[in-house]
Amino acid sequence: MKVGVVTFPGSLDDRDAARAVRAVGAEAVTLWHGDADLKGVDAVILPGGFSYGDYLRCGAIARFAPVMDALIPAAQGGLPVIGICNGFQVLCESHLLPGALIRNDHRKFNCVDQRLVVENTQTAWTSDFEVGQEITIVLKNGEGGFVADEPTLDRLEGEGRVVFRYAGDNPNGSYRKIAGITNERGNIVGLMPHPEHAVEEGYGPSTDGLPFFTSVLKAVVNA
Amino acid sequence: MGHVVIDVMLKPEILDPQGQAVGGALPRLGFEQFTEVRQGKRFVLTVDGEVTDEHLAAAAEAAEKLLSNPVIEDVVSVRAEDPDQ
Repeated sequence: MKVGVVTFPGSLDDRDAARAVRAVGAEAVTLWHGDADLKGVDAVILPGGFSYGDYLRCGAIARFAPVMDALIPAAQGGLPVIGICNGFQVLCESHLLPGALIRNDHRKFNCVDQRLVVENTQTAWTSDFEVGQEITIVLKNGEGGFVADEPTLDRLEGEGRVVFRYAGDNPNGSYRKIAGITNERGNIVGLMPHPEHAVEEGYGPSTDGLPFFTSVLKAVVNA
Repeated sequence: MGHVVIDVMLKPEILDPQGQAVGGALPRLGFEQFTEVRQGKRFVLTVDGEVTDEHLAAAAEAAEKLLSNPVIEDVVSVRAEDPDQ
């Protein structure tokens, strides 16, 4: 079981993502932004950070990196892919997920232990959660406001594609308090908070990030 | 050298926190008459020689593909800059 972690110029959380993969007993494979090669991995993580300095728009330049030429068709073909924070922004810029992420409505960088409610456990990355389960993982970003037009939001809600919703106060102005979404097929998930920072006791607010990674192992084995 | 100028703005319905921050600062400088500020982006693309229709068409395509995100932004204009300026 091999999980690829993409490193873009400016990625920050690729090492933590790889560590989370190893924490559940899988092999972490480094994928380089400049190589259109997925190295035969079974799933891919687009990690957090500030790819290309967040210039132009967050994720907009990373979306055209050579590795994305290989990843986009693979994801459309069913490869499990998760985008965390900047990775979520890359997925939206790639149109693998609908909507966009804009600057937090309060204009400040957030760094908080964030409560989320898991609403969809049918995805490749969330099957080890319970519907309605509340989890706490770190949210840390300046541009985490999820936006989309009303028909898109209604479709996401109607199709059960809101995977995570912020519990308590809205931390960044995201429409309908959406923290994470999935595609129709459920293999692609994007979210702003960071499960990879919550996989070991003593580091982070919980170990609520672990089920993301155990879920994808099962998804691959059962595929 | 010719220049193609592209202006991109957030769609009117999308919140603009940067514009709001600027809008909040103006009254402190005595500019009380402006009720809202929206902040956009300008790109200036340089070509060898004069700007041709082909340049403008390519610039418009680049504007839709990379320079703007159609989910949240509009390409307001794509035009050749007056070479005398």
